[in-house]
Amino acid sequence: MLDLIRAKAAPAALILSVFLVWEAVCAAGGVSDILLPRPSAVLYELYDRWWALWPHTWQTLYTTLVGFAIGTAVGVLLGVLIGSSRLAYDTAYPLLVGISSIPKVAVVPIFVLWFGAGTVPAVLTAAIICIFPIVVNVATGIATVEPELEDVMKTLRASKLDILWNVQLPRAMPYFFASLKVAVTLAFVGSVVAETVASNRGVGNMMMVASSSFNVPLVFAGLFILAGLGVALYLIFSAVERRVAGWAMRKTDLAVTT
Amino acid sequence: MTAETALVPAAPAASPARPLITLDGVTVRFGRGTAAVQALAETSLTVAAGDFIALVGPSGCGKSTILRLVSDLMRPSSGRVLVAGREAGDAAAAEPVRIGMAYQNATLLPWLTIRQNVMLPLKIVPPFRAEWRRKRRTEYRDRADALLAQVGLKGFGDKYPWQLSGGMMQRANLCRALIHDPTLLLLDEPFGALDQFTREELWAVMQELWATRGTTVLLVTHDLREAAYLANRICVMSARPGRILEDCPVDFPRPRPLDLTFAPDFTALVQRLRALIVAARAAAA
Ligand SMILES: Nc1ncnc2c1ncn2[C@@H]1O[C@H](COP(=O)(O)OP(=O)(O)O)[C@@H](O)[C@H]1O
Ligand SMILES: [Mg+2]
Repeated sequence: MLDLIRAKAAPAALILSVFLVWEAVCAAGGVSDILLPRPSAVLYELYDRWWALWPHTWQTLYTTLVGFAIGTAVGVLLGVLIGSSRLAYDTAYPLLVGISSIPKVAVVPIFVLWFGAGTVPAVLTAAIICIFPIVVNVATGIATVEPELEDVMKTLRASKLDILWNVQLPRAMPYFFASLKVAVTLAFVGSVVAETVASNRGVGNMMMVASSSFNVPLVFAGLFILAGLGVALYLIFSAVERRVAGWAMRKTDLAVTT
Repeated sequence: MTAETALVPAAPAASPARPLITLDGVTVRFGRGTAAVQALAETSLTVAAGDFIALVGPSGCGKSTILRLVSDLMRPSSGRVLVAGREAGDAAAAEPVRIGMAYQNATLLPWLTIRQNVMLPLKIVPPFRAEWRRKRRTEYRDRADALLAQVGLKGFGDKYPWQLSGGMMQRANLCRALIHDPTLLLLDEPFGALDQFTREELWAVMQELWATRGTTVLLVTHDLREAAYLANRICVMSARPGRILEDCPVDFPRPRPLDLTFAPDFTALVQRLRALIVAARAAAA
């Protein structure tokens, strides 16, 4: 119990002290709000403008989650395809690594060209940025089924679908859920980047507009919102992971991160 | 222990009129050209239904390969493999021979309970498969529990694999290999990773399972005492490329007590097998 309190209290204390030091430095050095606003000023901005900020926050959350859902669905499908055959794994892996190493900002203009500025490019950017870790993890989970177990199943004349459903997919679940918390954070990065470049809504766009009018506390308020959303999504999917794939939790750190 | 009568072998040792498995001049090569490995050279073997055969030989001589041929996990490079009179993997076979398989590595699924693990073949193999939904909570469940009780795992059905010792997992593994009443049980060094005492306990369990079920068993092992204690016939293989050097009948009456392993006849048999394998290895070197 004491350990638990310590485990939760230490990070909270660290965050609080960072804010306090930040506040103190700004106050003591007389740093201008245009350079680096004090945390208290940012929090006031958040409180003061909440009703104006809320639609942007919702827009970002919404594009992130839709993109993440699409990315997850496509990722699982590709992961199953690639993981169930050695040949497919060896063939497709280099291509996937190639695609995933393209900076995602570079594809936003293309999406804008195709679909116009707005929600669609943001959703798609979020989707493609989060596919890769899911594919890799699902494929790894499936490809690492023990060969003896596969032999046992084949000896029972199990169909490919039987093996997929009873062995490979459950086997891949811990990898999948471990990849989800990575993927959701990436999707979030994707949608914000796309909003910044080409949208008239969302936290990313709001920050662009605020910075061009030198409203620096509002820019930082946007950062705070993004940090809060990012942490919240990560925590939610960590909790889901612990719930759903608890049997594998005795082995920690299954996820192959990118 | 079940009734004494149950310990009499269900099928008499040899009924050569009805071979369950026939290997006829089988060879197996892996790879091509200079990198080719010949695993089996002109191997012939007949196994009668209901028999208990042990395959022993130097490691790498093709014992596991024979099991893979019989279970249709691979095809021979030449020769024929017949199971119940049909070429293995004959797609036209209306009702293929049911096979159970257990390896040294128990490979129980960690997300399922022991009972669910044992029941897995019933979910896949016909005719059990058709009634899986209806019977999994009643008849199949009782069937799994009865089998678990027979191997000494009564009350462990709701445990997960990681809560069991290696010996217990191997018992559960045997149950999974037998739950669908296979005609043929293939065992590849199933007790290889266990300590001496656990292994001997499992010999007794295995003997009783065989006696009560009449399943034909093909056991690959490197433990000669295990082969001599369990089998009706021991096939000694040469070093790679493997073929069958000698086919020793084992006539000790059943049920065989563990004390048998200290009897002079038994020790003499083990010595003889040992000498054969040592010679086979020397010939290869
Ligand atoms: N898939 C494979 N590719 C190449 N060589 C193989 C393959 N499987 C087995 N072998 C070779 O065939 C020989 C027999 O293998 P195996 O039947 O597993 O031997 P064991 O008698 O120890 O069970 C071994 O020398 C092994 O190296
Ligand atoms: Mg082997």
